[in-house]
Amino acid sequence: MHAAVIVFPGSNCDRDLAVALEKAGAKVSMVWHKDTDMPAGVDFIGVPGGFSFGDYLRCGAIAANSPICRSVIAHANKGGYVFGVCNGFQILTETGLLPGVLLRNAGLKYICKPVGLTVETADSVYTGGYAKGQVITVPIAHHDGNYNVDAENLARLKGEDRIAFTYTDNPNGSVDNIAGVLSENRRVLGMMPHPERMAEALHGNAEGATLFAHVVNQLVHA
Amino acid sequence: MKARVHVMLKNGVLDPQGEAVRHALGSLGFDGVEKVRQGKVIELDLAETDEASARETVNEMCEKLLANTVIESYSVELV
Repeated sequence: MHAAVIVFPGSNCDRDLAVALEKAGAKVSMVWHKDTDMPAGVDFIGVPGGFSFGDYLRCGAIAANSPICRSVIAHANKGGYVFGVCNGFQILTETGLLPGVLLRNAGLKYICKPVGLTVETADSVYTGGYAKGQVITVPIAHHDGNYNVDAENLARLKGEDRIAFTYTDNPNGSVDNIAGVLSENRRVLGMMPHPERMAEALHGNAEGATLFAHVVNQLVHA
Repeated sequence: MKARVHVMLKNGVLDPQGEAVRHALGSLGFDGVEKVRQGKVIELDLAETDEASARETVNEMCEKLLANTVIESYSVELV
């Protein structure tokens, strides 16, 4: 399985994401934001966390319009897998690949701590290694993670079982405690918490590694 | 020609920063501030000299980048 991890100026979780994917057995290529094409044979694209372009204008807005993002959108539109974490989630909402937006945290503070996440659906390559209803602990680290979406799209997300994770104790004001959502074809996932930071015993637990292991395992056998 | 773009959160979208400013004004003794909304002003220097086409181009810039129309509204002023 060949994964690409996009690197923007200001990305700071790109290497963590690459390590988590490599440990799960993927071959990983780092791809610079000014590149226009993905390396040949890429099955999966990771859009990492960080502060791309200094969060100027709006979090993720400049990155979403960078040359490589046209390739990311094309990959998703062909049915490819795209996984955005934290700033990556913000970027994916800005591209329109995922509905909604991430607003400033309701408490206005940057929050960096482990949180409980409930797995709301096991029906995706990302969440299939967990059981529906399972609670895992994964850290968040964000200032703008307050997920918001209009009533019509919220109803669709629920009706189509596209809410991947919810917070057990809402830290940021997100509507319906939403921490991560899937695209209509369930191949694009955006989430604010960082599974790549809870991916080996040294991190405290390895509950995030399950996500990467399941993705790699599913795509290798696809 | 200069264009000035105002970007505001749409009505109904919670503006926690505006709320924080409202609280701070209250604690400074400015009573009676019922609501604060915080937005952005973006100024553009354009080579374009025709008003109509400048307005059209700036509107397109707003739709594509300057505003996130899911939560923000914008207005364009040519000066």
